Amino acid sequence: MTRHLPWIATAIVGAVALWVVAVSRGEAVNALWIVVAAICCFMVAYRYYALFIARHVMRLDPARPTPAFRRADGLDYVATDRTVLFGHHFAAIAGAGPLVGPVLAAQMGYLPGTLWIIFGVVLAGAVQDFMVLFISMRRDGKSLGELIRMEMGQVAGTIALFGAFMIMVIILAVLALIVVKALAESPWGLFTVAATVPLAIAMGAYTRWIRPGRVGEVSLLGLIGLVAAIVYGQAVAQSPVWGPLFTLTPVQLCWLLIGYGAVASVLPVWLLLAPRDYLSTFLKIGAIAALAIGIVIMAPPLKMHAVTRFVDGSGPVWAGGLFPFLFITIACGAVSGFHALISSGTTPKLIASEAHAPLIGYGAMLMEAFVAIMALVGASILDPGVYFAMNSPAAVIGTDPASASAAVTAMGFPISPDSIVQTARDVGEHTIISRAGGAPTLAVAMAEIFSHVVGGPAMKAFWYHFAILFEALFILTAVDAGTRAGRFMLQDLIALAVPAFKDTASHAPGIVATGLTVAAWGFFLHQGVTDPLGGVNTLWPVFGISNQMLAAIALMLGTAVLFRMKRDRYAWVTMVPTGWLLACTLSAGWLKLFSADPKVGFLSHAAKFGAAADAGQLLGPARSMADMERILFNDRVDAALVATFLAIVLALLFFTVRTCLAARSADVPTAREIPAQPVPAE
Amino acid sequence: MRRLFDLARRTARLMVGLPDYDSYVRHMAAHHPGDPVMNRTQFFRDRQQARYGGRNGGRCC
Repeated sequence: MTRHLPWIATAIVGAVALWVVAVSRGEAVNALWIVVAAICCFMVAYRYYALFIARHVMRLDPARPTPAFRRADGLDYVATDRTVLFGHHFAAIAGAGPLVGPVLAAQMGYLPGTLWIIFGVVLAGAVQDFMVLFISMRRDGKSLGELIRMEMGQVAGTIALFGAFMIMVIILAVLALIVVKALAESPWGLFTVAATVPLAIAMGAYTRWIRPGRVGEVSLLGLIGLVAAIVYGQAVAQSPVWGPLFTLTPVQLCWLLIGYGAVASVLPVWLLLAPRDYLSTFLKIGAIAALAIGIVIMAPPLKMHAVTRFVDGSGPVWAGGLFPFLFITIACGAVSGFHALISSGTTPKLIASEAHAPLIGYGAMLMEAFVAIMALVGASILDPGVYFAMNSPAAVIGTDPASASAAVTAMGFPISPDSIVQTARDVGEHTIISRAGGAPTLAVAMAEIFSHVVGGPAMKAFWYHFAILFEALFILTAVDAGTRAGRFMLQDLIALAVPAFKDTASHAPGIVATGLTVAAWGFFLHQGVTDPLGGVNTLWPVFGISNQMLAAIALMLGTAVLFRMKRDRYAWVTMVPTGWLLACTLSAGWLKLFSADPKVGFLSHAAKFGAAADAGQLLGPARSMADMERILFNDRVDAALVATFLAIVLALLFFTVRTCLAARSADVPTAREIPAQPVPAE
Repeated sequence: MRRLFDLARRTARLMVGLPDYDSYVRHMAAHHPGDPVMNRTQFFRDRQQARYGGRNGGRCC
């Protein structure tokens, strides 16, 4: 009993903190309450729920050799210290998602997002990562597609592979869109990000020929270059010659990014991708740690309301009510299907003992949820007037400070035109109006926090551009790496019909597949950039739906495996989150297709524009009949995409139910684990 | 202190896909004696290609 006492105390502290966050009204709540509530909940969940899953549901066996021992090769399969592996896994799963989703979700207030992140990760997100890691670890570290094929059949595996490719395309488009939103009309930001290309190439040459393998050394040199780029960026932005050269419109940036994606993904990896990944990975970990320290030191009060009136679905940042759209807006951070690809990627090949799986699978995801909590805190310490001026589309609030101030004040968040102008000046930008996408908002918040700790108000502009650079850097790395991964996925898929496509030695299939992948995400990026409502409005929900559907698929795999292991009585561990995710994603998908509100439903939006076009009228923001045609076409493509996701998830639900029923009627376990047999010690 | 630094260094290297070279050499000596062993530079290039070539599924959003 005594060993439970500290945990009971932790639980009580967490409950009190959560209570304060939930019921305080009137006076500002300190952000630390949210942080304390999250940390306490996560610790108790890790100590009890993860242990319960490990002992009773999975029955982990520390004596059972992991793939790192069974197939040890010193390269891919290496038994790794658990702290080192935790860092590797966390760096692989944490990206832009947990930073952006919570910022967008803050339009409903900080409370709904906080509760969803805490309960979502404990009951769904961390369970998913842990479960997939467990399944893959017992099957030689096979990938998600192969696992589904092994346990649920060939057809189910192929459908899942196709779904994963589609999700990849949407993720790349939405990430690229965030970069466009952050860098458009921002010469300082664009210069610093552009400077990373020659910088990375110089680093690549250094690690290739001068000092191969000296990653730490070259990263330090790179960091010095980055800081210099941020410092000189201000002079470049103000220069009459260079300033205009680096001031691009969103559409110009969009084409630049598409071209960049096409070229970068066929260059040798050591030249650009690898060195920039060193920078972005270390910068990411450093910035996350600095943000945590900064929040604790600053202890800022939350200025956003606990719950805003936009829970009814009338919000300007994204359309749709609390259920189901909040739960798909915060995808990464609460539960992210993409993690299933990481948990069945390199991590299961490196894990040294099954006993480490709770820390790596469950623990690393809790850590990512903590990152999401910090992003939510960041968005909520800003003046709500600034938040809505930054995140509302220009179609709603106009483009000058006077109109934005009037529109945001009318929403119920008073702000003067002067404070909008002053906020932009503080961070060294021309304007902060309608910079949706999460990254700029978070950068303003990080500038607020960092300048409080280091440098004071004079450093705000530096920290803002540092934050933008850090986000843009790892998003561009993800675009480059994702295009390569998408190319191979597509090659595998096409090879099912045209076997010659599998031939990785010849160049033509690779170039065709790369071109198709870039064209696919480029299409959605262009659509998002030219969307009058700001693009994030349309694309983020589609991304959220696709990501949560992949999570539902991974949890369905977990359920099928538990049934096949004859552990039906514990299958609720995966069935409950599966049920919730299916409810959220199927209803969100349905609303995106068929909602009568043209702001939510693609088809009713198309119908509205179609009727107007037939009558020969132009509906704002379209300026010509060609615009009208394009809006109609985009709506139909988006509707088809959502319908495809719905079909994929329903098909996999069918295969899961079939697998579970078959497993129940069998007398013996049918899961295809690699049998436990000892291997000689290393 | 030294151990802690070493742990941090190995964590940072594995974050960018570089496993421990010494473990690789030990593995080759124990299980494949006589086989050719990559030197540090070759090992670095091999792992770089393996991580970024695209077959490993990339990274998360």
